[in-house]
Amino acid sequence: MTSHGIKDRVAIISMGCTRFAEHWDKGTDDLLLEATTEAFKGAGLTADEVDAYWLGTAQSGMSGMVLAKPLGLEGKPVTRVENMCATGSEALRQAAYAVAAGAYDVAMAVGVEKVKDSGYQGLNAFPIPTDGTNRTLTAAAMFSMVAPAYAQRYGVDPDELRRALARIASKNHHNGARNPKAQFRREMSVEQICGMPAVAGGLSVFDCAGVADGAAAAIVCRAEDTHRYVEDPLLIKALSFVAGNGSGLTDPSYDYTTFPEIVRCAEDAYAQAGITDPRSQLAMAEVHDCFTPTELVLMEDLGFCERGTAWQQVLDGAFDLDGDLPVNPDGGLKSFGHPVGASGLRMLYEAWLQLRGHAPDERRIATVGPGRTMALTHNLGGYPGEMVSFVGIFGT
Amino acid sequence: MTSGILAYGTYLPYRRLDLSEVAAVAGGGGGRGTRTVASYDEDTTTLAVEAARGLGPASSLWFSTTTPAYADKTNATAVHAALRLDPTAPAFDANGSVRSAVGALRAALAHADLGGSPRSLWVTSDVRAGNPGSPDEAAGGDGAAAFLVGEGDAMAEVVGWGSATAEFLDRWRTPGDVASKVWEERFGEGQYLAAGRAAWDDALKSTGVDTIDRVAIVGSSSRAVTQLQKQLGIEATTIPAGIGFAGAAAPALALAALLDAASPGETVALVVLADGADVLLLRTTEALEGRRSDLAAQAAGGGPIAYGTYLRWRSLLKAEPPRRPEPARPSASAAGRSGDWKFGFVGSQGDDGTIHLPPSPLDGTARPMADATGTIVTFTIDRLAYSPSPPVVFAVVDFDGGGRLPVELTDVDPADVAVGGRVELTFRKLFTADGIHNYFWKARPVR
Repeated sequence: MTSHGIKDRVAIISMGCTRFAEHWDKGTDDLLLEATTEAFKGAGLTADEVDAYWLGTAQSGMSGMVLAKPLGLEGKPVTRVENMCATGSEALRQAAYAVAAGAYDVAMAVGVEKVKDSGYQGLNAFPIPTDGTNRTLTAAAMFSMVAPAYAQRYGVDPDELRRALARIASKNHHNGARNPKAQFRREMSVEQICGMPAVAGGLSVFDCAGVADGAAAAIVCRAEDTHRYVEDPLLIKALSFVAGNGSGLTDPSYDYTTFPEIVRCAEDAYAQAGITDPRSQLAMAEVHDCFTPTELVLMEDLGFCERGTAWQQVLDGAFDLDGDLPVNPDGGLKSFGHPVGASGLRMLYEAWLQLRGHAPDERRIATVGPGRTMALTHNLGGYPGEMVSFVGIFGT
Repeated sequence: MTSGILAYGTYLPYRRLDLSEVAAVAGGGGGRGTRTVASYDEDTTTLAVEAARGLGPASSLWFSTTTPAYADKTNATAVHAALRLDPTAPAFDANGSVRSAVGALRAALAHADLGGSPRSLWVTSDVRAGNPGSPDEAAGGDGAAAFLVGEGDAMAEVVGWGSATAEFLDRWRTPGDVASKVWEERFGEGQYLAAGRAAWDDALKSTGVDTIDRVAIVGSSSRAVTQLQKQLGIEATTIPAGIGFAGAAAPALALAALLDAASPGETVALVVLADGADVLLLRTTEALEGRRSDLAAQAAGGGPIAYGTYLRWRSLLKAEPPRRPEPARPSASAAGRSGDWKFGFVGSQGDDGTIHLPPSPLDGTARPMADATGTIVTFTIDRLAYSPSPPVVFAVVDFDGGGRLPVELTDVDPADVAVGGRVELTFRKLFTADGIHNYFWKARPVR
């Protein structure tokens, strides 16, 4: 397989991100306008000066008109993309490739999800007609099967693992408490989280991402053109995507302690970016912490630590805001909730702030410096055994 | 060559209601002992499938219940699909009343007598509810039984029939109602005694038989059953305790009990008191040995269900639904394309031997898996997912001989699930949406 990547050919020149919240008073249009207005302003561009748009939304609307209407775009190509929970990142990937191909000079990737109009808690997928034999389990229950499998494979005491998972949630709440755009801004102790009743397997609601509305946007142009818009752009180092074939669900050798799609995706991204030791070369990572066991396994699948050691490193604080490799310094899905189309670009927004030194003092990471100028963002969509994976790497 | 019974099987749902729990809730009713209770994911169609599994191929199928899952649409076709019978085997419903089960058996036997159709499957099932605290609730039971009839190595040969048809109202139910209404029982008792005697005499006269070794009498009027037993003075076989009167399945369950109790070389009689009376005379053969059912063991098994849960399952207690979107109705055309998988649990096998569940379009070989047993690799309890009866108990199952499926478990208490547990497959109704019953398979512990 050939995967050349577009390292250093396309750059992000501006971003926007709404607060993620239960926006009872804002609809999809309002969220889109808020995120794009911030992005246009940052680059000094008007909507008409952006040549093409990619809109990521999983189920808040159909077609590019969802964006063209509120922005009043005239004669613009707007493409609506969907790739499960990696939808926002997918919008960026398509916009960046279009610019790299030379089709457009300036493109925008926008992600939005208006989740809280459904009348139900949680994320609820749009029903596609089927023969009725498909699973109806929640994502929380599917991912809950990772924890006992991990404990068994690596001989980790279940109580110790419970504390490690709670430590992940606690760390993300700690970071989110320092982020004005986060949905949840309250710190939660490991003890508090361990005391919550289980709702899916051994997971409590505090092991799950929140549910919020939100939007985020990024404007990209060719790297050589960035000087026209900003002094400190963020270069795209790698964009990688893997769509699983679902074989993990039916493969008796799959043991629920790893997500092979993500391993493949990360390998490709590191190759594109020229990264050989992600743990020391990356300054931070924003990963898809939909559930606490997910973030645990991601630390190993993304190559941040050896197999079977993530739980110990989590407990040791390696991925804390002041740790060796800060993970989810903005608070993650845990604090932001997960407006599906927006999350990938929300992650990028944190990298945009942190790598360029624009993150506020209370959550600014100390790992950015000479030799460590790159951040990783990661999304997954689906379930253990059948998922899509996105890994992006960005650097100054 | 005369027609006879070639094989039979029974199915009792796992749950048992302790009738002593009833009065405290309903203000009366209930009583001593237990009754069988179909799970929330079972209906008369799924019960029928469970009873008929393993009886072998048949060239026609005759299905009876008083509580059909669908009106206007044949229910026997779903049973036919789950049993993976040949499309050339017709499948018919004879539904609505207890007596329709007798008619279905006669039709099955008659069909088997036709050349080229030597084996008919007679399948009966019922889910008997009734108003909370009612005699029907306490005396009823849920269950199913199936008989393969036709020419061949019969374990019991048909000797003949007797009938007495009578139109009178002892009980009636408006379609759609949960509970039947009954006339004063003394009236029905008298009618049934007279009809039972008349049918009995008709059977003896038409067959020339003068000695009956064993009899099983069933009917919704327990007093008439008891009275007729006394009057006939023949050793009576009863359905094992704890089952209850299973409506349209009662005649077949009684016949199973009769054959389970009989020895080879006996003349036995099944008497059904329903809208008159029907008497079937059979002569058992040596082939009976080793081929009886495990009805008594099934009756003695099972696990408890709280009365409140039972009421909820029968929609007699309107409880708060899960605060999740209700599932969308399954697509008829999509289900039509995947019938072998959805109804027959047929996976596929690739050239490298790998078994795929559901079947892979890349594989060339169909792999029936409904009879496979497997082991729980991992599991979870989902208290968030929509279910007609939360929580969802869900496991990843590796099947013996290959194949893995993440599948919902049923007939299990969450605390009893363990990695390494052994499971088998069972045909169930996942949910009902827009009136469409979404049938598919679940796994249950091997007990």
